[in-house]
Amino acid sequence: MIVLAVDVEKRLGGFQLAARFEAARGVTALFGPSGAGKTSIVNMIAGLLAPDGGSITLDDTVLFDSAAGINVPPHRRRIGYVFQEDRLFPHLSVHQNLDYGRKMSGHPRDAKEFERVVTLLEIGRLLGRRPRMLSGGERQRVAIGRALLMRPRLLLLDEPLASLDAGHKREILPYFVRLRDDAGVPMVYVTHIAAELRRIATYVVRLDAGRVVAAGGIELLDDADVIG
Amino acid sequence: MLDLSPAEWTAVLLSLRIAIVATAFALPIGIAVGWLLARKKFWGKAVLDGLVHLPLVLPPVVTGYLLLISFGRKGLIGAFLADQFGIVFAFRWTGAALSCGIMGFPLLVRPIRLALEAIDRRFEDAAATLGANHLMVFLTITLPLALPGVIAGAVLCFARALGEFGATITFVSNIPGETQTISAAIYTFLQIPGGEAAAGRLVLLAIALALAALIASEWFARRAVMRFQGE
Repeated sequence: MIVLAVDVEKRLGGFQLAARFEAARGVTALFGPSGAGKTSIVNMIAGLLAPDGGSITLDDTVLFDSAAGINVPPHRRRIGYVFQEDRLFPHLSVHQNLDYGRKMSGHPRDAKEFERVVTLLEIGRLLGRRPRMLSGGERQRVAIGRALLMRPRLLLLDEPLASLDAGHKREILPYFVRLRDDAGVPMVYVTHIAAELRRIATYVVRLDAGRVVAAGGIELLDDADVIG
Repeated sequence: MLDLSPAEWTAVLLSLRIAIVATAFALPIGIAVGWLLARKKFWGKAVLDGLVHLPLVLPPVVTGYLLLISFGRKGLIGAFLADQFGIVFAFRWTGAALSCGIMGFPLLVRPIRLALEAIDRRFEDAAATLGANHLMVFLTITLPLALPGVIAGAVLCFARALGEFGATITFVSNIPGETQTISAAIYTFLQIPGGEAAAGRLVLLAIALALAALIASEWFARRAVMRFQGE
């Protein structure tokens, strides 16, 4: 079943981005070299960047449709976003960061769900700290927890391992596998590194210079190891 | 140590009241104007920027005179406010608060604007994806992150309001108990023979108040920074 349908155009500096793909449940990888337009596409899905034309549909909701003049603002899209850099709010504690999405969406407190996510990501002992006091891996885990706790309909992960060293990468990757298998939230995972995707992707969309050049199973990664 | 006469006390308390009221009213407007200047592009932005800074470069007497002809009883705005709402500024302490607020305004807006310009907008994007609308993003992310600048601006405005002399005395004169602030009282005492002692006491007090405001702002700013860096 199709969860996400993207068909967008956008003029970006030197090149024209024109991408069209569909994603089912599981983990859809947006895969391609730097500058292929991956982050721009994810920003358009989140509502942080307006396409010049086209449409974006999530489940039965039209998020963007240039012909119909629809552009749902990001705060009403309910799409979780884990950025390349963690973007944790520096003036709030880890606990307040995790709780931010629930508060802003006006959902009631759900101690069980909070406990489940905190346990899944093993961040229980960090709750009282400020983001500045955390290691890179811990920050990224809190950022993932923050996005999960807003009860997203879709989770966007933009190179979530890019800012981490090799050790922290190995530390985080298993959480994504768990997330895919336990949480059941569909995910779009952006990266230019094939090795990351082998373990978690269920569907691969290959991008180059703003275009979708191939889409299919993870076998698409086999001839792509040169990238990155 | 400081044995103030009732008249001197009146001037001190009046100065504090005027400075507090001036800062309290100027602060929300200053945040709004700082935000407009930092974030928005609009027609007439340079004019607004110039207008905000005008009290800083004009002779205070000129500012006071402009206030007198616009907010005086017969002034365009003054007459309107008096007729419609019964609000009178001329020769009242409220008028002193108005002139002090206007004189402190450029000092208030500048640090707020700079603080807002320095904020990493990516935090605001992150908050939006987490479900926060524009107002909530501003209240829970933008404003707290700009807090050191807001505090710095408020303290500068308060200090300016506490010491304002030229515009205030031109606009609302020098009426004991109504518009005679510390500065105006010092000026008055220096005009009368044997007034040096009273003037001296008020001078010491003015120095103490200014230092206290400075120390308070340091303390607030440090606390705000500590909140970001963790304890």
